[in-house]
Amino acid sequence: MKRIISVLMENAPGALSRIVGVFSQRGYNVDSLCVAPTDDPSLSRLTITTHGDDKVIEQITKQVNKLIDVLKVVDLTDGTHIERELMLVKVATRTEGMRAEVKRNADIFRARIVDVNATNYTIEITGTTDKLDAFSTTMNQCAEIIESSRTGVCGLARGERALRP
Amino acid sequence: MKMMSGAAMVVEALKDVGVKHVFGYPGGAVLDIYDALFAQDDVEHVLVRHEQAAAHMADGYARATGKTGTVLVTSGPGATNTITGIATAYMDSIPMVILSGQVPSMHIGEDAFQETDMVGCSRPIVKHSFLVKRAVDIPEAIAKAYYIANTGRPGPVVVDLPKDLVNVQEEHPYHFPADVTMRSYNPTEKGHPRQVKKAVKSLIKAKRPVLYVGGGAIASEASARVIQLAEQLHAPVTCTLMGLGAFPGTHEQFLGMLGMHGTLEANKAMHNADCILALGARFDDRVTNNVAKFCPHADIIHVDIDPASISKTVNAHIPVVGSVDTVLEQILEQLADKELADQQHKLSEWWEQIAQWRTRQCLNYEDSASVIKPQKVIQALYKHTNGDAYVSSDVGQHQMFAALYYPFKNPRQWINSGGLGTMGFGLPAAMGVQFAHRDAVSVVVTGDGSIQMNIQELSTCLQYNLPVKIISLNNRALGMVRQWQDMIYKGRHSHSYMDSMPDFVKLAEAYGHVGIRVDKLEDLDAAMEKCFSYTDRLVFMDIQVDQNEHVYPMQIKFGAMDDMRLSKTERT
Repeated sequence: MKRIISVLMENAPGALSRIVGVFSQRGYNVDSLCVAPTDDPSLSRLTITTHGDDKVIEQITKQVNKLIDVLKVVDLTDGTHIERELMLVKVATRTEGMRAEVKRNADIFRARIVDVNATNYTIEITGTTDKLDAFSTTMNQCAEIIESSRTGVCGLARGERALRP
Repeated sequence: MKMMSGAAMVVEALKDVGVKHVFGYPGGAVLDIYDALFAQDDVEHVLVRHEQAAAHMADGYARATGKTGTVLVTSGPGATNTITGIATAYMDSIPMVILSGQVPSMHIGEDAFQETDMVGCSRPIVKHSFLVKRAVDIPEAIAKAYYIANTGRPGPVVVDLPKDLVNVQEEHPYHFPADVTMRSYNPTEKGHPRQVKKAVKSLIKAKRPVLYVGGGAIASEASARVIQLAEQLHAPVTCTLMGLGAFPGTHEQFLGMLGMHGTLEANKAMHNADCILALGARFDDRVTNNVAKFCPHADIIHVDIDPASISKTVNAHIPVVGSVDTVLEQILEQLADKELADQQHKLSEWWEQIAQWRTRQCLNYEDSASVIKPQKVIQALYKHTNGDAYVSSDVGQHQMFAALYYPFKNPRQWINSGGLGTMGFGLPAAMGVQFAHRDAVSVVVTGDGSIQMNIQELSTCLQYNLPVKIISLNNRALGMVRQWQDMIYKGRHSHSYMDSMPDFVKLAEAYGHVGIRVDKLEDLDAAMEKCFSYTDRLVFMDIQVDQNEHVYPMQIKFGAMDDMRLSKTERT
């Protein structure tokens, strides 16, 4: 089962490699990983999507929590939450018809065209992983994807719950 | 504020931490630190012959005292040579700080001479590590390193020091933090009261309880409370390989070690128990055998300071996160209120059952008049040291014989590489023990394979006049490998035989020590006596033992805890 684990950690050199190390050392899966400093620049927030049974997820959260640089760990999928991922995708639009079709589909998905030239569009889209997957499939059907780049999932718990030091 | 060089700061910070001994080896990147060490007498530096041994010495020192061991090595090969020693300490949760030199900051990443990414190399086997970036940060990094190493679940911490930071020419203000606090690191000492209450209830209810005591009981200095609880409950006690000594091996409630080479009664009691109180033990695969068949009738109470150890391999019914000693104090407080008067009566059936298992006398072995049995050597060692020696061990058959045939009375008396199983650990560990306890008898039980993995330290022993006693069970083979080849590989002894043994007596003498070879059983007692009469000399006892002996009992793979071979021909 897919899980989204959020980690609050010191924004210190080597902290990221320690977390990634736990996953490789102990044979856990990393499906995506997203990390950046928070509003407090001394802290970083890392979101990792992984999969495994309850026992594995419990071990992942415990082993990550054990790292000295880590302040807090939560499994966002334990409760209601918001998750978003951003994707940039460059598609070849060689004909008038393709250009129109790509634009129409982008509108339907509430994606934005952020760069244009004679032969291609670059489109920005945010949403859940499923939505981005669906958009990719659609783009592949109506045009040719030249390249794409995804940020990996980031997320927050809904309501009052928050991950703070 | 005092002004001093980075190198002087390193030494000053060690003094402020209270370090008395540093085990190390100089080299280019740490020459400034060595220069600062030269100018003072507070911190004694011990010059080893190989950096791996420095780590094992610091480790033995830490195990024998509970204090953090300290290692100082240069960059590159100096640092990488400590890796096995760091991994050994990590697996057994031993507090250690490794100060490693690093190439100057501006050359990091250039593949400079003697450069290795020590923080990267050691990452999976340290509790934490620091790459210090500014000289003024040295005292704080060192203070934090010692704090982290010896609080919570102890472990090794690396402090990597680039050469430009410790330059003796430049001075910086020195400030040693009076108190270390870290927002991201606050180990839980006290057990949750609700969990403690549940544990007490389960212990009171139990008709067939067992205390399963691991290395965490030693790390948290919980021995006195383990004994108190065991006696109040009148419960049987078993110790892991790492926990031996936490409960006296001579106590009538002691069942012996459990696990792969545990006693029949310990493993039987575990398998049939209705309540298991695990104290600082981690349900290692060398204990549980097949986890699917592990202790099917027991409520498992697991006390451990590391939440990640709880329910890692075996599910705990009552997890209690906290220091073993503190949680035992909480349990004992609550027990005082309960009715314990009829414990003896309540557990009488259980003890009758245990007495019946004990009648098998599983540690009996077939004696011989023609060859020396290795078990016999350990029994003789026990006799000649009154059971009071610090016994360090290498890894292999001799390690198991020492664990089974030398009942340890006190915690920290038994020093061995339990988790990583590092051959070559024993001699340097026994040296570390001797530095910590100058007047005590420090023995290493080893074999002809293990001793050759760090034999160069015989030279260090001479330099520092360490009267370590080496008891080498020489069977001309890698005994444990050979045993498995006998049992599993139809006796095909692939590369487990050494055809070119050195003359260990001459070797010991070449290093300036005393060597004694024992070939015949009738000479064993006299030789032991002679060995321990040399109170100020290192003695190397090269004892020729039976090559074909196996360690029994031994769990049968994929079985339950109590599925065991009891000898070459018998099984449960």
